[in-house]
Amino acid sequence: MARNIKLRIWRGDSTDGGLKDVVVEANEGEVVLDVIHRVQATQMGDLAVRWNCKAGKCGSCSMEINGKPRLACMTQVASFGEEETITVTPLRAFPVIKDLVTDVSFNYKKAMEVPAYEHPKELAPGQARMQQIDVERSQEFRKCIECFLCQDVCHVVRDHEENKKSFAGPRFFIRIAELDMHPLDMLKNRKKTAQEEHGLGMCNITKCCTEVCPEHIKITDNAIIPMKERVADIKYDPARWLGSKIRRREGL
Amino acid sequence: MTLERHNYDVLVIGAGGAGLRAAVEAREAGLRVAIICKSLFGKAHTVMAEGGAAASMGNVNDKDSWMVHFRDTMRGGKFLSHYRMAELHAKEAPDRIWELETWGALFDRTKEGKISQRNFGGHEYPRLAHVGDRTGLELIRTMQQKIVQLQQKDGRETGDMESGIKVFAELTITDILKENGKISGAYGYWRESGEEVLFEAPAVVIATGGVGKTFKITSNSWEGTGDGHALALKAGANLVDMEFLQFHPTGMVWPPSVRGILVTESVRGEGGVLTNNLGERFMFKYIPDVFKDKYADNEEEADRWYEDQDNNRRPPELLPRDEVARAINTEVKAGRGTEHGGVFLDVSKRIPAETIKKRLPSMWHQFYELAGVDITKEAMEVGPTCHYVMGGVEVEPDTAAAVGVPGLFAAGEVAGGMHGSNRLGGNSLTDLLVFGRRAGMGAVAYVKSNGANPVSEGAIAAAAKKIQAPFDREGGENSYSLHAELQEITHNLVGIIRTGSELAEAIEKIAAIRARSANVSVSGGRKFNPGFHLAFDLDNMLLVAESTAKSAIAREESRGGHTRDDFPNMNSEWRQINLISSFDGTKVNVRKQVLPTLPKELFDLFDIHELEKYMTPEEIAKGGSN
Repeated sequence: MARNIKLRIWRGDSTDGGLKDVVVEANEGEVVLDVIHRVQATQMGDLAVRWNCKAGKCGSCSMEINGKPRLACMTQVASFGEEETITVTPLRAFPVIKDLVTDVSFNYKKAMEVPAYEHPKELAPGQARMQQIDVERSQEFRKCIECFLCQDVCHVVRDHEENKKSFAGPRFFIRIAELDMHPLDMLKNRKKTAQEEHGLGMCNITKCCTEVCPEHIKITDNAIIPMKERVADIKYDPARWLGSKIRRREGL
Repeated sequence: MTLERHNYDVLVIGAGGAGLRAAVEAREAGLRVAIICKSLFGKAHTVMAEGGAAASMGNVNDKDSWMVHFRDTMRGGKFLSHYRMAELHAKEAPDRIWELETWGALFDRTKEGKISQRNFGGHEYPRLAHVGDRTGLELIRTMQQKIVQLQQKDGRETGDMESGIKVFAELTITDILKENGKISGAYGYWRESGEEVLFEAPAVVIATGGVGKTFKITSNSWEGTGDGHALALKAGANLVDMEFLQFHPTGMVWPPSVRGILVTESVRGEGGVLTNNLGERFMFKYIPDVFKDKYADNEEEADRWYEDQDNNRRPPELLPRDEVARAINTEVKAGRGTEHGGVFLDVSKRIPAETIKKRLPSMWHQFYELAGVDITKEAMEVGPTCHYVMGGVEVEPDTAAAVGVPGLFAAGEVAGGMHGSNRLGGNSLTDLLVFGRRAGMGAVAYVKSNGANPVSEGAIAAAAKKIQAPFDREGGENSYSLHAELQEITHNLVGIIRTGSELAEAIEKIAAIRARSANVSVSGGRKFNPGFHLAFDLDNMLLVAESTAKSAIAREESRGGHTRDDFPNMNSEWRQINLISSFDGTKVNVRKQVLPTLPKELFDLFDIHELEKYMTPEEIAKGGSN
């Protein structure tokens, strides 16, 4: 049962652009990415959009649909009213390249700043023994498909370009949390560097990231808050504070 | 404008599992490596692999060993696999999985804390290391993060994190370049800007994955356009056995927008059963003679197997993929299919809802969000989807070197030989790791003994001209429509069931589209222009489709992922034959080549009565080579 729907697409590049209205056919069961593809094949051959798996597994087709950060492949056309115009715009937190495609290299730079996993030197391949319950905490964060919707929605950087330098963003807080909770990782002080180098302190836990996560990862509750609490413990616990001073003195 | 130029020791085309593993190997050996990806880093199709990675670690059943895995692989491929590739794969797969763990991967665990392993079609023991049903994502992420680790190390040593290994994301390679008969580099363009780039490198590893987009219904993403297959052909390499395509038995069939998207085999591994619209569990009718002693012929035994695998035969839902896909195809054609042309796959009756959500989380998610089906309560509708190409670049098994082109290597789905006529589920992920590493090693050895091979100005000019061509034409063919026409042809004439006359028709029609594709024109500019991108992808898909159709008409038998209505049986004479595709500049030519003989020590791993089902009496009498 095909019907015509109204789509408003942002077209342009870093210098100039605006919303363009089109009418396009939509079939039963289709998602927003399907109708964008139909526009591309029949009306705008050079309309730029990223996508890969079309099954919510790769996190490529991130965009803003009626102002909300969404995956276009997981957003049903039928979830909007019959007469409603669906407006698709590029992710706001990142510079536009063309149409719906943005420059997400910020995220790859941040990924390179998180110190890598450190395997215990004495533990040969195949010798690791871990309980399921212990790997599950990190596994939740490893479900991340790097769609960067959490980065896009986070108000620390969404309209504050100046914060990008010192703020890694929710995607990389769960990366740090994942390594911090990894039963074998040997690198110490991950929480401390999260606070001091990756801007954990700038997050004021409004949970916007958790709300947009298509993998339903509890970013705020399970990664950010536990890390913040531990950082606070270490920083404000008088005994630990004294301990750290004494040790430092001994080390001189 | 000056041309952007880069110089590396090794250029890896493709950033899926095989490409990344090759890059790690080459970098750890001290070489400078460039990785090219057509999409963003970490989005490669490997993320879609759900079930797991097959390796005979023996963590769940200690009777497992590389010999059993080797046997299963050869059986699954109907004895057409290159024995040496199957042998290397079975022997090295466990080390490759354990290695990932030292890089930070977190697989699901057994009670003893070891890596858990699950059952899968065609594997005699529980063998697939897994992370729920998102194992491919874990593989990609682990290697992506391993590459970051190597970059951080380079950064500490040189002050530049990208000095030793650099990822070029959203870049398409249009030509592999040669000078004096050897690889000299590659040429392409940034997808973002359309600007051209030259890579000079004496060794090129092709790891571009599959060809699914040549077909209408496929589990592959837009990237699966056979780029590496076509680039290799044009560079003078051969493709082996391109007639063998795996139609995964269970793709989604409804709604239409998700048609083809994969429903992991783990659904069946965890106890899912297939039924037709009469409620009949039909797979019992489709157990081939060669598998009768390994698969249960009644429901009671099949059900008992989930609890006691030593004293019962496996349920027939776990037959190799080609058997299940054909069975579903037959049921649907006979009018016993579902409303939307599939069959039912049900886990809800056997497994508690919470267990389903835990073991098959992304399947639950996928059906709930895309089809409005809750798989903990109702059955899924599934049908065959083009999933994997067994055929690919002909390589030397030990080094992954492409036969006939010094400096060229191929690994992963783009390479041929490993899986014979049909791949077992779970063997792909370990194939990527085992042969990705070997391709990296092969490239390192080659670069160390050969050194640089500069690209000539003439080669650059020719490659540049090709990229500009579609912009200079006006009012020519539209690449989107040509692509859709090609998909109709392959779907209707080169699909699951084939016949000689239809294949002949397909060959003619593909040639006609290829003639028209020479006149494709592109609207708009060079900047992130999908119509322009598709023009090059289309050229690759047409070569691949030609190779597939010509190999399919040549192979007059039915085996694995190639079923001929006019030659319905397996033929022991044909088992000894590989079909080799080469490109003469205008068309693909296909010739026969004799498969290497199984060495005696591998021959002896099998029961002679099993081999008799596949081999000629002369081969049996010979008992393998010495």
